[in-house]
Amino acid sequence: MTLIDLANPTKFLSLTGRILPWLAGATAILLMIGFYQAAMAPDDYQQGATVKIMFIHVPNAWLSMFVWGVMSLAALGTLVWRHPLADVAAKAAAPIGAAFTFLALVTGSLWGRPMWGTYWQWDARLTSVLILFLMYLGLIALWRAVDDPSRAARAAAILTLVGALNLPIIKFSVDWWNTLHQPASVLRMGGSTLDRAFLIPLLVMAVGFSLLFVTLHLAAMRNEILRRRVRSLQIMQASQQAA
Amino acid sequence: MALGPYASFIVTSYALVAAVVAILIAWIAIDFRRQKARLRELEASGITRRSGRSAADIR
Repeated sequence: MTLIDLANPTKFLSLTGRILPWLAGATAILLMIGFYQAAMAPDDYQQGATVKIMFIHVPNAWLSMFVWGVMSLAALGTLVWRHPLADVAAKAAAPIGAAFTFLALVTGSLWGRPMWGTYWQWDARLTSVLILFLMYLGLIALWRAVDDPSRAARAAAILTLVGALNLPIIKFSVDWWNTLHQPASVLRMGGSTLDRAFLIPLLVMAVGFSLLFVTLHLAAMRNEILRRRVRSLQIMQASQQAA
Repeated sequence: MALGPYASFIVTSYALVAAVVAILIAWIAIDFRRQKARLRELEASGITRRSGRSAADIR
């Protein structure tokens, strides 16, 4: 099976049906290892045990942006190449991305209260991530509001690409403005500033959560393909009844 | 494993992540069953795809 075959929804369903159980198994194993390593990680000399929140906050924060990046590529697929699965991929990713962004905001808030003395601060990083969360909700609402999937797809694709402008703002907000949020400590020029005792569990959790996203996304895409088949059969049924 | 004076913040964070991921998994699994059931109902009422293949016949 070549990559181009995946443009065929039936072949996509067949392939993903075979690989999803393996992906789910790999995700579960990696996350179990990650949670064990996070539990066994030493306390930070300044933050104490609250550093353990980092192992779930950071992967969710990364994924909140990564998922929008995936949706932006899918939006190009919809507008430029009119790939049949592009809108399916974007629509299926949005609720998962919204969930990761919600978790990044709430775990960040729960980490901020003991470390900063406040749950929330209207600084550049926190506000730009909140805007990302609201954009996810807006996109989900847009897909639900427009009946015709092809019209909804084009409008959602344009909104997704406009929203992608927020991604560099989120990433560099801690460098461009004075914020309460700490600057980048893993993905930065000159390498990570994290000790290996924290970096390794964090990377394992990041890969585990990324695999979780891939697994959930493929499963949600299968659901969306089926939902569109239901819709087309319902239209056929209605036209047969009308004739 | 001692979590110190801020144990409630750490435990709440992990519990929340577990709950949201569990909800996502359950929502996707329930949605899959619902769509397959709808396809079966439609095919049982005589509505079939142009290809003639069953739309509900997937793993």
